[in-house]
Amino acid sequence: MTNDVIIVGAGIIGAACARALASAGLAVTVIDRGTTAGGTSSACEGNLLVSDKGPGPELVLAQYAATLWPDAVAALGEQLGDGFPSVEFDPKGALVVATTTAGASRLLDFVATQCGAGVDARVIDARQALRLEPDLTPGIEAAVHYPQDAQVHPSIATQALMASARLHGTRLLENTPVLGPLFDRAGSLVGVTTPGGELRARRVLVAAGPWSGQVAGLLGVRLPVRPRRGELLVTTRMRHRILHKVYDGDYVGAVGSDDGGLQTSAVVESTASGTVLIGSSRQHVGFEARLRVGVLGEIAAKAMRLFPFLAGAAVMRSYGGFRPYMPDHLPVISDDPRMPGLWYATGHEGAGIGLSLATAEVIRDLMQGRATRIDAAPYSLARASLAPHLQVGRP
Amino acid sequence: MTARLLPFCADPVRPAPPTPITITVDGAAASGVAGQSLAGVILASGALGLRRTSASGRARGVLCGIGICYDCVVEVNGQRDVRACQRRAVDGDVITTQHDPLPGGDTG
Repeated sequence: MTNDVIIVGAGIIGAACARALASAGLAVTVIDRGTTAGGTSSACEGNLLVSDKGPGPELVLAQYAATLWPDAVAALGEQLGDGFPSVEFDPKGALVVATTTAGASRLLDFVATQCGAGVDARVIDARQALRLEPDLTPGIEAAVHYPQDAQVHPSIATQALMASARLHGTRLLENTPVLGPLFDRAGSLVGVTTPGGELRARRVLVAAGPWSGQVAGLLGVRLPVRPRRGELLVTTRMRHRILHKVYDGDYVGAVGSDDGGLQTSAVVESTASGTVLIGSSRQHVGFEARLRVGVLGEIAAKAMRLFPFLAGAAVMRSYGGFRPYMPDHLPVISDDPRMPGLWYATGHEGAGIGLSLATAEVIRDLMQGRATRIDAAPYSLARASLAPHLQVGRP
Repeated sequence: MTARLLPFCADPVRPAPPTPITITVDGAAASGVAGQSLAGVILASGALGLRRTSASGRARGVLCGIGICYDCVVEVNGQRDVRACQRRAVDGDVITTQHDPLPGGDTG
């Protein structure tokens, strides 16, 4: 059997792309060396954020994705029925808080840039912030309400997108690693080899998150995506006392930073089940998944600054994941001019859950030779900001 | 899973004679013996669901039984979020099952 597309990676990006391509009538096979949602997509928070993005291509992609989520959630519910768990889509909005005067001025400067780019960002006073979040610390220097932010349960959303893709005819091969490339006589990539044999396709789409660099390497090209570790704490269940996604203004700086060292900032939210998720950290430690108690302690301390009542909360578990980090902080959603037949949808760092639906539509339109709804050039592998990182010999 | 108390006289460990206790679960009496966990007493009374999920109102109860899953939390004598599987039952304990509706949700 020849596929139109082989997708490497059964995380949310691979699942969303499979669904979009299969719905458009293409023959799609998804392969993963593990299982669906077995990597980053089940080791994150499920953020659908515009609030943490300044003007630029990532914001444009996030705004595109934000228009797609409500309809996709409704369509998935209809297609999969009541027996499938809810993806827990919650357009709860975010509240970004600064507790220092320096943080407040940075936050307000950032908001000013967003308002011109179509982000609904409402600067509110401490009294209004406490009305939105009654248990928030009263020591607020600045607060911004972002009604457009939302949340999903990331691994259920991934499973739902994959289930939908399969109903549209996608074939899923789990526990199937890529071993190497298959080329035709002209040198175009026409498939991959796996332990189960050859899989042929007109196109191979690498959507392996932080492992995309390894997959690209197996196929013979260099892709500068690196793992960036993020850790989270989970409290035991309690009455829902945190109503929005609440984070301190430092989060934006930590996400946008190139610093390889540890960065933490409080990101706090209740889940539908009643637990509280407490993030977040960013650290370049390769694929080292060892528990780092110091990181968790720093996250907990910062979260208590936002919500003092958390000092009495019991932590049930912690988890961490690897975010696919690109050196220029933009995903790659394009073909690879160096190897005909090879495509990428990866490098979304901590934003892949939210960006998945828009990424999938861009991939679908590019592969079908149709006009994309947004300009796809900023996500191309050929963009100028990536050129220095594609040279052989660079770390 | 069947919750079944081994008859005292048939227990090969030959424990001391059991002390009967009675607790109430949402007002209904449930009896057991001193030393049992709340979960043990409640399961033996025939009740499986101890709470409902906030998202969809589905029943939840003793899943792991060893303190890991936090699915069996109940209110004990006015203190909420107590794991029934980890708390020893005391005669006269007043157990109230919990349900936390989503803020603005309709599963209450």
